[in-house]
Amino acid sequence: MSALTRWSLVVATWLIVAVVLILPPLLVLSEALRDGLPTALQSLADPDAISAIRLTVEMTVLSVVINTVFGVLAAWLISKYRFPLRGVLVALIEIPISVSPVVAGLVWLLLFGSQGWWGAALDHYNIHIAFAPAGILLATLFVTFPYVTRTILPLMEQQGRDAEDAATLLGASFWQILWRVTLPDARWALLSGILLTTARAMGEFGAVSVVSGHIPGMTETMPLHIETLYNGYQSVAAFSMAALLAIMAMTTVGFRAFFENRARRAALAGDAGS
Amino acid sequence: MSVHIEKLIRRAPGNPDRILLDQVSVDIPDGSFVALVGPSGAGKTTLLRSIAGLDPHSSGLLTIDGRDFAELTPRERNVGFVFQNYALFQHMTVAKNISFGLDVLPGRERPSKAEIDGRVKELLELIQLPNLGNAYPQRLSGGQRQRVALARALATNPKHLLLDEPFGALDPVVRRTVREWLRSLHDRLGLTTILVTHDQEEALDVADRLVVMQDGRIVQDADAGELEAHPATPFVMEFLGETLTFRGTVSGGLFLPETPHVVPFPVAIDQDGSAVALIRPHEVRLTADAGGAPVRRIGSRYGLSRLAIDLNGRIVEVLGASNEQIFPSGAKLHIDAARLFRDGALLSMKDGRHAAAA
Amino acid sequence: MAEATLSVRSRTSDPLPGFRLALFSTLLWVGLIVVLPLTALIVRPWQEGLGAMTMALHDGRMFAALRVSFFTAFIAALINVPVGLLLTWTLVRVQLPGRRIVDALIDLPFAIPTAVTGITLATLYGPQGWLGKPLAHLGISIAYSTAGIVVALMFVGLPFIVRSVEPVLRGLPPEQEEAAGLLGASSWQTVWRVVLPSLLPATVSGFGLAFARGIGEYGSVIFIAGNQPFRTEIAPLLVVVRLQEFDYAGATSIAFILLVASMLCLAGVAMLRRRVARGLITGVN
Repeated sequence: MSALTRWSLVVATWLIVAVVLILPPLLVLSEALRDGLPTALQSLADPDAISAIRLTVEMTVLSVVINTVFGVLAAWLISKYRFPLRGVLVALIEIPISVSPVVAGLVWLLLFGSQGWWGAALDHYNIHIAFAPAGILLATLFVTFPYVTRTILPLMEQQGRDAEDAATLLGASFWQILWRVTLPDARWALLSGILLTTARAMGEFGAVSVVSGHIPGMTETMPLHIETLYNGYQSVAAFSMAALLAIMAMTTVGFRAFFENRARRAALAGDAGS
Repeated sequence: MSVHIEKLIRRAPGNPDRILLDQVSVDIPDGSFVALVGPSGAGKTTLLRSIAGLDPHSSGLLTIDGRDFAELTPRERNVGFVFQNYALFQHMTVAKNISFGLDVLPGRERPSKAEIDGRVKELLELIQLPNLGNAYPQRLSGGQRQRVALARALATNPKHLLLDEPFGALDPVVRRTVREWLRSLHDRLGLTTILVTHDQEEALDVADRLVVMQDGRIVQDADAGELEAHPATPFVMEFLGETLTFRGTVSGGLFLPETPHVVPFPVAIDQDGSAVALIRPHEVRLTADAGGAPVRRIGSRYGLSRLAIDLNGRIVEVLGASNEQIFPSGAKLHIDAARLFRDGALLSMKDGRHAAAA
Repeated sequence: MAEATLSVRSRTSDPLPGFRLALFSTLLWVGLIVVLPLTALIVRPWQEGLGAMTMALHDGRMFAALRVSFFTAFIAALINVPVGLLLTWTLVRVQLPGRRIVDALIDLPFAIPTAVTGITLATLYGPQGWLGKPLAHLGISIAYSTAGIVVALMFVGLPFIVRSVEPVLRGLPPEQEEAAGLLGASSWQTVWRVVLPSLLPATVSGFGLAFARGIGEYGSVIFIAGNQPFRTEIAPLLVVVRLQEFDYAGATSIAFILLVASMLCLAGVAMLRRRVARGLITGVN
């Protein structure tokens, strides 16, 4: 490759990266800090903002815990046993990735909305799912459903079953095997899957938007509150919240990259040793 | 009897037409050292895993100490298993690996921490790795891992020790030492040991008894001497060592080889007809014979000469007793020590005696 | 030993404990969170009756919205192919100053929440924005037009192309290019005839993933799109509009089409990958 070609490639790449990937985050910060840091922080102290942050944290924690527990069990099932329709199960778990976020929200309204299958009946017992935190949780669960399983499954399949069989013969119970043998070996991948779920859960917009009803202070998560502020021409507040959310998500993803690196190194060390 | 297996059948999971174990019956008494041998795909690992309860059988009976296997929990089966790749827990230290079987005991039965530590120390000394308790498996050599896997299997004091190709990944010198050590361990601890290997020499070296398997069936179950003297099929004979084959006919109490320069010999067999004579290269005797088969020395082994004999175009290699045996004008072959087979089965002698015993 | 007990004894259970618990919990989880809602999506349109369905399918606005979504997703994914290939190439084959930074930045669109992307791009390309203003001087307007949708979808789709092609390019032996050079091919011929064909399956699968993501994308698009019915209204937005009108039949029929379209895309990608893995078509897996 000639020096000229090489340099034009380098310049073109950096130009694209600068315009497409660097300008947007810079703009977020610049808009958020347009009136100075105190104003930005003040906008985050608004009661509706605080409520949005709290709701986002709650929904994220809940969906991460639930999807991690079930995701681990599903990965265990799929990687350690052979059974009929195993492929179908894998495909079902993968589906939510390909579903439009809006559809991911709509499906819950079809079940629990006022015109949904069970919405009216549940309303009768004063149980509210649509336009309530429960609906937001379900939508978030759906959207972040596959990530834990997806991240640890390849590793657990590759590990095979010998260690588990050895533990079985040594008398270990299911939980002992899962907790002491399988998961420690997959810990970096599991952490990476959990962080990916976290990042996705806190940032989910479309699905949550459909089921939430946008009630400020009640059912608005951070992304929804950003929309409300932006559409209300409160640009500084919107971008302050956006900056906070983006920093949270990017930190999570950054940690994930770090742990994936560890995982790769651990895997390499394991390979080299065996 | 300790491990008793009767008419065990195992079908391939997902493909019931493929039979992995076909009516396998075998008894393994307490204190015996048995090797399951056979080419790959013979079903020996499947049988071993069935005995451990890892691969459930489709039908048949499997009892341990007279108790039906299906009703026993893994702990009650009292079986220690060493995997081919050792399956050590990578994220645990050697000591933690060894103590795992004790650590997972329910609270009431679990020994105290001091007792567990003592047992680990004892086992580390037994496997001659007293200082490696805090090392991780990745740091160990193949032989060391193998011994750790063994210690882990022994920690709960199992009566039965099952080993799947335990020496497969070791280099030849380490193999021999580990093999001898394993045998002495077996004798010292009074274990019942079942070993899977595809290496017949290894099996002959270490085991009291060999179970030869082929295509999911047991072909022969006997000690080394019996296998050598009375191999049930040509396969057993060939599997256990280098073999020369001579076709011929039994007629009037004589085996008449088709191959030139091979001397007919008397056999105590009534039924005349075609037969195959199988013999080990070192059992062939040569005598000088003017105009006999040309003999060429092509090497030596164990101090014996390796001689190539040209039988009208077919070259056979035999082990000659010494260097002085040179046959400048040619030689003829005496194969009276051969075992005779017809239709894939050993022909027995009338008087119950066999040619090889002569 | 009695023959009877021998012949009837049959054990098929797996010795590894936990199968039932894992199976039960997984079925429960998949059933409640995935199968149940998707069943509702599939069954619901039929419940509304044929009349409602035909009405929904005769909705010109719906077809316009679907057309906008599919068209913009296609164009964005298409433009992303050369851009993505360029980025991948410099990332893998050129000693790029700041390579690690670029590598990390590529994943940025994955990491930033879509609502943040949405308001950021709308501001950036808006009439007063850092890029919108100079472009407006040149007579180009991006925000609140089809071009705006394409820009947003390009942003979210770029990582799909790069991350699909990157491992394949990394796995390509450099000897292949050296051999082409020794056989007298110019560097353009080498790229065009040797390298690109090997990258084709990965590129197509990245394109498919970006396209599938694009037709369903909502948050990053609606702020910049302008959302004029028949012109810049994307299908996912129309789902939301229909829901606000309590037109469940209308919303469900669009959602159903979106679901089928994205699943077909991903099935196609999966099939392509399997064929590559089996060595039926070129490409290093």
